[in-house]
Amino acid sequence: MENMVDVYLYGKKYSVPSNLTIMKAMEYAGYQLVRGCGCRNGFCGACATIYRIKGETELKVALACSTKVENNMYVATLPFFPVVKQVYDVNVIKPTEQIMMQLYPEIYSCIGCNACTKSCTQGLNTMQYIAYAQRGEYEKCAEASFDCVMCGVCSSRCPAGISHPQVGILARRLTGKYIAPKSEHLYDRVAEIASGKFSDAMQELMGKSIDELKELYNSRDIEK
Amino acid sequence: MYTEREILESLSKVEASREQRLKDRENIKRMTAEDKEAILKAYHPDYKDDNFENLKIGVNKGDKVPHELADMLQANPRINTADIDLANPTYDVDVLVIGGGGSGASAAIEAHEAGANVMMVTKLRIGDANSMMAEGGIQAADKPNDSPMQHYIDVMGGGHFVNKPELVSKLVNDAPEAIRWLNELGVMFDKEEDGEMTTVHGGGTSRKRMHACKDYSGAEIMRVLRDEVFNRNIPVVDFTAAIELIKDVDGKIAGAVLLNMETNEIMVARAKAVIIATGGAGRMHYNNFPTSNHYGATADGLVLGYRAGAKLLFADTLQYHPTGAAYPEQILGALVTEKVRSLGAQLVNRDGVAYIHPLETRDVNASGIIRECCARGEGVPTGTGQAVWLDTPMIEMIGGEGTIERRIPAMMRMFGKYDIDIRKVPILVYPTLHYQNGGLEISANGMTAVENLFVAGEAVGGIHGRNRLMGNSLLDIIVFGRNAGQQAGKAVNAGITLKDLTLSHVDAYKAEMKDAGIETDLVSPKLLPTYHHREANK
Ligand SMILES: Cc1cc2nc3c(=O)[nH]c(=O)nc-3n(C[C@H](O)[C@H](O)[C@H](O)COP(=O)(O)OP(=O)(O)OC[C@H]3O[C@@H](n4cnc5c(N)ncnc54)[C@H](O)[C@@H]3O)c2cc1C
Ligand code: FES
Repeated sequence: MENMVDVYLYGKKYSVPSNLTIMKAMEYAGYQLVRGCGCRNGFCGACATIYRIKGETELKVALACSTKVENNMYVATLPFFPVVKQVYDVNVIKPTEQIMMQLYPEIYSCIGCNACTKSCTQGLNTMQYIAYAQRGEYEKCAEASFDCVMCGVCSSRCPAGISHPQVGILARRLTGKYIAPKSEHLYDRVAEIASGKFSDAMQELMGKSIDELKELYNSRDIEK
Repeated sequence: MYTEREILESLSKVEASREQRLKDRENIKRMTAEDKEAILKAYHPDYKDDNFENLKIGVNKGDKVPHELADMLQANPRINTADIDLANPTYDVDVLVIGGGGSGASAAIEAHEAGANVMMVTKLRIGDANSMMAEGGIQAADKPNDSPMQHYIDVMGGGHFVNKPELVSKLVNDAPEAIRWLNELGVMFDKEEDGEMTTVHGGGTSRKRMHACKDYSGAEIMRVLRDEVFNRNIPVVDFTAAIELIKDVDGKIAGAVLLNMETNEIMVARAKAVIIATGGAGRMHYNNFPTSNHYGATADGLVLGYRAGAKLLFADTLQYHPTGAAYPEQILGALVTEKVRSLGAQLVNRDGVAYIHPLETRDVNASGIIRECCARGEGVPTGTGQAVWLDTPMIEMIGGEGTIERRIPAMMRMFGKYDIDIRKVPILVYPTLHYQNGGLEISANGMTAVENLFVAGEAVGGIHGRNRLMGNSLLDIIVFGRNAGQQAGKAVNAGITLKDLTLSHVDAYKAEMKDAGIETDLVSPKLLPTYHHREANK
């Protein structure tokens, strides 16, 4: 016999096997999910969920796809949350302090309540990465926000109306494009290919028979 | 944490042999070409004839495909063509991109760049896609000891030499440019302090050319592409599936019939060019395998394209990733990135023996695990099946303390949620349905045999032959996604005049079904899997 637990989906009680994730428990109960389900494995942020265990005061958050059900769990999903996404031209903006001020000025209204960090489904130090963004320390902001799945739970809990995931991605794009060191070998190779340096050799290779290719493949040296 | 007796007994054997295995690690022999042939024939699901059937109708009539795909290709359309008002389309655009993954986003950005009026439709949200889940990395021959030719040979060898040369050549030639494009969009690749890209091996590579963004490579790329789509104000119609393609009376592509997934409203999008970027098919659960894929991976693009007369190539080859999570049950089938092996973790059987080189190609390594579990009695019972060990603690012994947290944080988190600290204990793995090697055939310009119908990404067949190497799919979605967008933009700019719209190909297909005696209640495309009750454990 499977171990069963009681879960309350939007307040309605269902009995489900205790080894299921919240998402699979909803399906077990008979829901055909459309919203609130994407990658099913903790990468896309589609399945933000809020729950409370009966009798406890603490409100918890989780990704439904990668969190196990518990007995007496009251579950509500948050399949959409209206965050603010400002548009910009990545080729025009520069990694200066002003850019955050211009696009996401509300980050300077952070009151330091730390609700964002407490609610992060990825266990990130969200308030800290916002602090880095305030100071224009984009590389640090990028590192600290890197694992963000943009589920939006932090923003739903923020009294200052900050759209944390959008701040994070702006910092990451600035870092990737402007701050991280340039890869010279990459540009060299792009130029070599554009100049046609490999064209003849490639043409010759494309004309090879399967047997010739097999020979090349089976005798190729493998970098240690 | 592991509690079952048999697992614990085997675990202690793995721990006992670890020091010695570490010392002998460089000496594990790679398999010979003959050994590989033999193990594939004996154990790989692609080689089991009863997993397949021959198509009765369509361009590929007579060709074999998995039963589950045959069911969808030979099912009823979701619409009655007479009910569709083709004269009053809800949307009227130059380029319609179907699918909100990496290939669709790249295509949309480039079509927009070319000046086309482009729109994306996607079944879930933009980014709810296999692209978001890629962990390991993306290949490109951009180091001095590497070259496009070297990359070409690896791709062909991995694909069993049947790949379409023109597609492979484009893939490898445009690879460094794809990385440059992404980097300049702001993708944060792992780099050394001097800017050199940090690269490692992947299964079947002869050079270290796997670029990564920690183990969130796909997520990082997808987030940036999505942000760029939004920055360009490209309309994204989400929770909207394409359920049929539309042609004009001359047979050119002319748009798609759309379904609002929430309200069931049917709409028509008229378009001068259509790009199918619908991704893979893991959620078809071929041969009852669990899958690493996202919720919407149901081969829809193949069904749409096939009904419209596009040809399938290698639709009978699936990739079973050797290392799907086999324990705990909650993450059954979830991907354990190949990078875990690139960083040094070995595959080890029940008795603590490293029975194979961990970086053989995926099909070979998947077959190896099936052999240990099903033929040699060397599998570890997990409660839901059998598995072998992937010895993660070796990574830190090789790369130093902190390597796991720095290089594969997503893996650490995924198992950490179930109290398994992969720095200290190995994990249990079994093959999972991972990638659709085949798909719709295109030429190097990205177009199918149907005029102005383009395909990009996992829905394409031919680039990877019969087996894709890790890191070449993220690469192909960028290379061929951009290419499809550019070519569609170019075609639109050159002038396309649509005549009256028609769904006659759908009626013709239905007639063909009838003539072939196919009677079924099934409808397609599948759109989403259903996991009620016991099914919920998949
Ligand atoms: C867990 C995992 C790890 C991976 N790791 C790597 C790796 O390390 N390196 C690598 O190179 N590759 C990797 N891959 C493979 C690679 O990520 C995918 O093959 C690739 O991203 C597919 O991109 P795509 O744009 O073609 O499809 P997807 O990203 O899957 O996008 C398809 C989109 O189309 C939508 N769609 C589907 N049907 C319809 C319809 N009828 N109407 C409208 N929209 C529809 C889907 O919902 C989705 O948004 C991995 C794959 C997975 C699943
Ligand atoms: S479904 Fe993607 S994070 Fe849960």
